[in-house]
This record gives sequence, structure tokens and C-alpha cells, in this order.
Amino acid sequence: MLTFENVLLSQGDFALTVDMTLPKAEIIALIGPSGAGKSTLLSAIAGFFAPTSGRISWNGADLAGIAPGARPVSMLFQDNNLFPHLTAAQNVGLGLRPDLKLPPAQLAEVEAALAQVGLSGFGDRKPGALSGGQQSRVALARVLVADRPLVLLDEPFSALGPALKDEMLDLVKGKLHAAGKTVIMVTHDPADARRIADCAVLVADGVVTAPVSTATLLDNPPPALAAYLG
Amino acid sequence: MAHSLVPVTPRWPSVAAATLVLLLTIGTLGAVAWRAKWAGGLAPADWAAVRFTIVQALLSAAISVVLAIPVARALARRRFRGRQLLITLLGAPFLLPVIVAVLGLLAVFGRGGVLNDVLTSLGFSPVSIFGMHGVLLAHVFFNLPLAIRFILQGWLSIPSERFRLAATLNAPVGRLLEWPMLRVVLPGTFLVIFLICLTSFAVALTMGGGPRATTIELAIYQAVRFDFDLGKAALLACVQFGLCVGAAMLALRITADDVTGAGMDRVVQRWDVARAGIDYAWIIAAALFLLVPLGMVVLRGLPGIFDLPDTIWAAALRSITVAIGSAVLCVSMALALALRGGGLTAIVGVLPLAASGLVVGTGAFLIVFPFVRPADVALFVTLLVNATLALPFALRAIGPAAAQVNADYGRLGKSLGISGWAWVRLIVLPRMRKPLGFATGLAAALSMGDLGVIALFAGQAEETLPLAMYRLMGAYRMETAASAALLLLSLSLLLFWICDRGGRANADV
Amino acid sequence: MKNTTYLPLAAGLALCATSALAETPVLQVMTYDSFVTEWGPGPAIEAAFEANCACDLQFVGTGDGAALLARLQLEGPRTEADIVLGLDTNLTAAARETGLFAPHGVAAEFDLPIAWTDAEFLPFDWGYFAFVGNAGEAQATSLRDLADSDLKIVIQDPRSSTPGLGLLMWVKTAYPDDAATIWADLSDNIVTVTSGWSEAYGMFLEGEADAVLSYTTSPAYHLIAEEDDSKVAWAFDEGHYMQVEVAGKVAGTDQPELADAFLAFIVSDAFQSVIPTTNWMYPAVTPAEGLPAGFETLMTPETSLLLSPEDAAALRDGALDEWRTALSQ
Repeated sequence: MLTFENVLLSQGDFALTVDMTLPKAEIIALIGPSGAGKSTLLSAIAGFFAPTSGRISWNGADLAGIAPGARPVSMLFQDNNLFPHLTAAQNVGLGLRPDLKLPPAQLAEVEAALAQVGLSGFGDRKPGALSGGQQSRVALARVLVADRPLVLLDEPFSALGPALKDEMLDLVKGKLHAAGKTVIMVTHDPADARRIADCAVLVADGVVTAPVSTATLLDNPPPALAAYLG
Repeated sequence: MAHSLVPVTPRWPSVAAATLVLLLTIGTLGAVAWRAKWAGGLAPADWAAVRFTIVQALLSAAISVVLAIPVARALARRRFRGRQLLITLLGAPFLLPVIVAVLGLLAVFGRGGVLNDVLTSLGFSPVSIFGMHGVLLAHVFFNLPLAIRFILQGWLSIPSERFRLAATLNAPVGRLLEWPMLRVVLPGTFLVIFLICLTSFAVALTMGGGPRATTIELAIYQAVRFDFDLGKAALLACVQFGLCVGAAMLALRITADDVTGAGMDRVVQRWDVARAGIDYAWIIAAALFLLVPLGMVVLRGLPGIFDLPDTIWAAALRSITVAIGSAVLCVSMALALALRGGGLTAIVGVLPLAASGLVVGTGAFLIVFPFVRPADVALFVTLLVNATLALPFALRAIGPAAAQVNADYGRLGKSLGISGWAWVRLIVLPRMRKPLGFATGLAAALSMGDLGVIALFAGQAEETLPLAMYRLMGAYRMETAASAALLLLSLSLLLFWICDRGGRANADV
Repeated sequence: MKNTTYLPLAAGLALCATSALAETPVLQVMTYDSFVTEWGPGPAIEAAFEANCACDLQFVGTGDGAALLARLQLEGPRTEADIVLGLDTNLTAAARETGLFAPHGVAAEFDLPIAWTDAEFLPFDWGYFAFVGNAGEAQATSLRDLADSDLKIVIQDPRSSTPGLGLLMWVKTAYPDDAATIWADLSDNIVTVTSGWSEAYGMFLEGEADAVLSYTTSPAYHLIAEEDDSKVAWAFDEGHYMQVEVAGKVAGTDQPELADAFLAFIVSDAFQSVIPTTNWMYPAVTPAEGLPAGFETLMTPETSLLLSPEDAAALRDGALDEWRTALSQ
């Protein structure tokens, strides 16, 4: 599980306090208004943003001082999740070995991951030759093969159409969650949260509330969330 | 911040590169100063040289940059047959040895040149090219190609997505995209050309028409050769470096942050392409100005090109070898420095421009002489010096691309744990093929044409092509020298073209 | 027993000594660039000297005469050069000041227009500075006439070129008190000033000027090597300043005998006969077969001008100031 003990994230005027524990092997939605600090929270988990104070730990082990690449974390950003000059298979392979020196067994693993996301036979294509949905699938296949139990999604599907987005969310649930990964996703859309997230966390007014069931949170929104949901 | 936002590459290559640059610039200056018997300070004539140097360098840089903007814009937004070839050819004057370029210019603008022939046949009185305007003409001839390339690169670095966005918004591309890009590119371009002109010597004197066109570099020459006053030479070199550092800091201050952002490598399509006539007028004017003198060099050299003595071919082979070695070293150093970035890189990246060729050569000579025969290390020292002297250009060519890779993919690479050599091999090199190819070609061509320190070190067996050409001229063999110059020009362009082309071929989709 | 023990060692020492003796001694001659190129005198002189010396003659070429002096000053007493060849009388005072040179000890009948008495520097060739123009075109008849004319000339910078320095001394010798005036009057004739001889000569051949500062012997190159008689040297009434090129023995040489042999070789026919058509200068001692055909067509000045090395050194800085001031107006 992911534990935040009296964590303070601050930069300039911005401040966010976090004190909670996120359950393991669940999909957790981060909901809240723009600028509330959802992405900052993900950055802190990923190691791109150091807390001013407090402690973030994974299964009891403090994450402080560990480089992003050495954390048990896969992250998908809003854009630039693939390297345009590398093939789909190479992009996936980076999840296994960052130097791409892949033995045959791992190559097979890459092919299997591509097949799992419905991209059998697309391994040799470069991202430029793939559709937006296919690009997202490649990124998900990489997260799938990586030996990293914690997955952070910073709205990677926001550019996709509703049907495609739902498809991706189902893949997240069907593949990543099924593989036992803990998924933390930022979302603006309550429907996304309802679709796949079992629990949800509200990020608003400088505070992160403890996780509750998604339905509970959305059915009886606290005032801050109510104002945001309109 | 707990961690750097971009993958970290090993530190030692950048340290090694910075050390070499500092050794060959500040170190050689130190060696000269160490050996000096200190007499007086600078005389009024020296200060006059400093003033003249600054004024002509400022004017040369300003004119080059201002003229390069419309030409680069025209080249960026027009597509026509032979465009790539034209861009390559337009770079040629920058790669020419000084004396070749001056004779080419005189064949057009000189007393017996094409221009005056036309003027007199039309009944006008001939014009003299010599004077401040001659200095500026020659410096613009040399540096306009560089300015065009740098600014063109800036234009091409604006992602096609932005132009598309601007087109859909019907927004003014100039204010929205081009001006911010120019704010990023122009100060650095101006700085580089200013610094190149700061160390001008033979061009300024020859085209300036006499001692009123005495530059700092000529004053250094006088101090070393005429007065053997190494102390004064060192002082003057310090003034050059002082001006360099001052100008570099000023340029850094007024350079805007690059805000262009990432694109998806789509081919740039432009929708704001009205008024084609003006664009083509600029392209044709620049081509005439830069290519006609070049054509004269070709015409003069062509008759004897197949009768060149064997020693010239041997010298050419030596030059090519040195050029390739120097280009590889130069681009490796530039890449190492670009990936580390920081203030030291900014300084190290411009310092070689302000280095006096004579002080570098003399200092290097003083450093190696106690240990080895200078002739034994002539080609190796030449390789090091040429790599260092070309570094600022290579760094300018690849620096923005390196920053772009970090900005676009740094976090992704970091979160995937790609670091060190894997980051360089898998991401940086493939993402930067185009600028790396360009930089390699530029460094190789610059090394081909550079007389550098070789003249001070080389015996017969270490002669490079420019030195051989110069020696031919010294032996009255002006026509053979002209053919050697044509060979030099062709080889420089060929090397540049191969590298530049290599970077472009199959550039990823 | 003892003797036998030492025997191998002694034998070894003897062997070493023999091999050291057998190793060809090297004579290093430091000179200017154009001397050592395949078109210069270097190759023929090297072959001729090595034919008899059982040694290896190595030329080290560096820039022009002034660069040669600067390099010598940089190297100082540690120099590996045994002979320095190619300084002229405008540079010998500074060369002497380095204290690096030993007396040459060569006595010869020099064919110089002036008497030669220098004990340290041995002349190997000489020439007159002159303005070289095109045959059949207007010519100036004196420095004064040139200054008053509309003729255009290219000259070299005295700060970076030996001919440039020669012209500075020429004007100063011809007009000791009026040099500044001459320069002021010449300033509108001077198209431009180049850093070296090659640039100026190239510009003249390209038609940038009516004449270029060079040597009376320059037309001989065009006549003999290119069979082109279109270049002439202008004869000036004031006389022509001379350039006498000299060689000197480095006092600290590790090959004193070879160095002496080379100095003696310099005034021999084998060396001197190479000079006219490779260095395009007059030999210091006319060889037995005389000067090559074509040299008789050259203009020979009525009056030869030359300052002693000491006078040249003393006048140099003042003359340079006059030159710079007059041409900077």
C-alpha cells in the first residue's frame, strides 16, 4: 500500500497536505478541480517533485531519495508517452530493459503484451503510423510488461474520443488491474471514475481526503466537489 | 528539487570537453603570458585597434543577422526544386579559407571585377571595395550563410502543429510563432558572428585598405612577430576574451526561453504562403551575392584541377583525415556539453570564438615544445585545435535539439529508468540525427579550410591542403593554388554534404 | 675470470658506440616555408648536400622570415635547429640579440652590391625590392613620382610581412627626413595593404592594382617558368632597397662540424646555382655557369640602398609610426 504521512507539497503559493493510505491492487481515482494539485500529487509519487515535509512510502519502504526510474512506478503523461523514432515493440521493450538489450524471452513478452492490448503484428510500426488509440495501447502494453506494481495515469487518454477512452479505461481495468497493479488515475470526468475506479480521493482546497468508495463520494459529494461537479 | 527532471548522463565527457577547451583557449594564453617578459601596457594604437574591432564586429553581425532573417524565412516557407542543394551551397562561403574568399569577392566587387565592368559599361564610374564598407561586405559574405542556417533552423524547429493551429485560428504567424522564435535564436546568432568578426585579421586588413583597419588580432600579430612582445600579445588576447565573455553574458540575458514545445515530427506545412514574389526575390539576391564570388573561385580553379601535383592530393588526404577526426571529436564534445548544460557550457561554448589563432598556436607550441618535436604532433594538435574552434558552431547546432529532447522526453525517460549511455544511444542520438549530421558536416568542413595552428607546427610531411595551397601561392604558383582552392572548396562541401545528408536520410517518421 | 666477466659488457659498450656512430647524424635547418616546398630550393639542396655529408639534412619550415625569428625566440636555447636560414638584414639585429648564434667562419667572394662584413650571418641570396607592374603600361620612375601619380599599388603590412618591412626601410632610407610626407602622398595610391606577400601578389595578378610590392627578380619567374614576358619591375631613381637573406649557425648545435660543412656548402656552386630559379633571388656568390638565361633581362637598379642591421633596428619603430599615422588619415 501507498502511505502518505503528514506530507506537505508546496511551491510558491501552492500548498497541498496529504495524510492517507491508498489500498493495494485497486484502481483509485483522483478527483478535483483544475489546479487543485492532482498532477503534483502524482509527480510526488513518481519522484519528480519532492515533498517539503512528510513521508511517502510504498509497502512501508520510504520512497524519499529514490530516483524516478528506480521507483516501483510506471507513469503515463498527458502526451509524449512514446518515442516517435522507436517502433511500437521497442517502446514496449523499454518497460522491460531501459537499454533495450532484450533477450528472446523478453522479446516474446513484448509481443505477448502487444497482443494483450490488441496490437498483434503492429510491433514494427513507429508511433507516427499508428492511430491515437493504438498509440495509447502501446503505452499501456509497456506499463503491462514493466515490473512496477504502481501505475500513475495523468489523463493519458484525454485526447481520445469517448468511445476510445472507454475502451482504454476498460483495458486498464481488464489488464492492469487484473495483473494486480495498483492504478492511480487523475480524472475530470466522474463517469470515468465510476466506470473503473473502486475508490476515489478528493483533491480540493489544499487538502487530500482519505479514499472512499467512488459511488459514495460521487453520490454525496462534499461541498467542494459539488461546486466542481456543478 | 530532489531529482533532475531529465536522465543523467555520465559527467566525465563534459568535464573532459570543458578541460580541453579551457586548455586550448585560456591555457595557451597562460603559456604565452608565462613566457612573456612584461614591459608596458597597451599603447594608444592598441586601443584604437580595440575600438575599430568592436565597431566593425558589431556592424558586421547586425547586417548579417538582419539580412539573414528574410532569406531564412523565405527558405523556410517555400518549396522548390533544388532547395536543399541551394541551402548547402549557400553555406559554402563560411567554409572557405580567407584568402580564397577574398580573391573570389574581388573577382566580383574589385577593380577588375564583374560589378565594375557592368558599371563602367553603363557609363558609371567604378566603385572601390576597400574601406569600412569592404570589411563589412567581406564579413557579411562570410557570415551571412551562418546566420541564414541558424535562423532557418529556428524556423524549422517550430513544430508543424503550431503552424496548423495558427492557420485554423487565422492568427498572425509572425507575432504568434516567428517573433518568439527569433527572440530565442537571434541573440545567439548575433553573438556568434560578433565574436567571429572580433578575431578577424587578414580580411579586415585587406578589405579595410590599410592600417586604419587594424584589428586586435593584427595587433597581436604585430606583438608576436614584429615586437616579440608576448606580454602585450597576452594582454590583447585577454581583451578579446573579456569582450567575448561580456558579449556572451549580455546575449544570455536577452535571450528568451525557448517555449516552442514538442510536436509529432510531422512535415511542416505552411498556410501563410502569400506574396511568393518577395520571398523568391530574397532567395535570388542572397544566392547571387553568395554564389557569384564562389563561381569565380570555381572558374579560376577549373583549368588546372586535373594537373595538380601529387603532393596536393597527399595534403588533401591528410586534411580529410584530420577533418573527420576533428569533426567526430568536436561533435562528441558538443553533445557531452549540450547534455549537461549549465553556465559553464554556455561560456565554454563561445570561448573558442574569441581565441586568437596566433595566441592559441604560439601557446600550444610553448606547451608541447619542451616535450616533443612540434612537427611530430602537428596533425594531432591541429585536430584538437580544429575540433575546439568548431565547437561553438556544433554546440549551437545541437544545443537546442538536446534541450528539446530533454523537454519532450526527459520525464518519460526518467520514469522508465533510462539513463547514461542507454539514454544517449536509444533516445538522444536518434532524436538528434539531423542536427548531429549538420554539426558533424560543419565541423569537418571548417577543419578542412582552417589554417589554424598547422602553419606554426608543420614540416613538409605534415602539410594540410590549405597550407599546401598557401605555400603554392608563396611560390608564385597562383594558378595551381587556385586549383588547389577549388579542390579544397569541393572537398569541404562534399564532406559537409555527406554528413548533413547522413543525418537527414530516413530521418524518422 | 674478472676479465672474462667484463668482456661481454665491454663488447656491448663497443657495439653501442659503433651503432651510435653508424646512425646517420641529423642536421636540422630551420627556414621559412617557401624554401622547403617542392618548388623551392629545399629538395635540390638537400639532395646535393646529402650526397657528400653522410648525414640526414632536415628542413623545418615555418611561415616567413619574421615567423622564423619569432619561432627561434620562442624556442630559445633549447632549439634543436643547427642552422637558421632565411632571416634578412632587417631581422638580424634582433636575431643577434638572442645570443643564439656563433660566428660562421666562412670567407667568400660575395657578388653583392655592398661589402659584407657580418661575422655571424652569412648571406645566401639577395634581391631588390621593387614594384612589379605590367609591361607596356604606365610606370612610375621614383617613389616621389609614384606618390604624385594616379597609379594604384598593393603593398604588404610591415608588421606581418618582410617585403612590407622592406618598403618601410626603403622609404626611410631614400627620404630619411621626409618619409612621413612620402607616405602621406602615397596613401591615395595604395589600394590596400595585405598581411602577406601572397595575397598582394595574387591581387595584382587579378588586376586589382597597377603594381605590387615585390622583387626585381619577380619578372624572371614569369619569364622562365611561364614564358610570359608581360611583367616588369619599375626602376626608381632613388635606388632600390635590398633584401639580403642570411644563414647563421646556432651556437648550441650538437653537430658543429656538419653545421660548418653546411655553411661552407652554402657559398658553393651546388647551393648557389639552385637559388635563382627556385627562390627567384640573386645568388650571393654567382656560380661558375653564371645566372640562368632570362636574368639578364631584369632591371638592375643604379643605386643599392641598405641599412645596417643596427640602423634598421633603430629606425624601425619610428618609421612604423610614421607609416601608420600617414596611412590612417
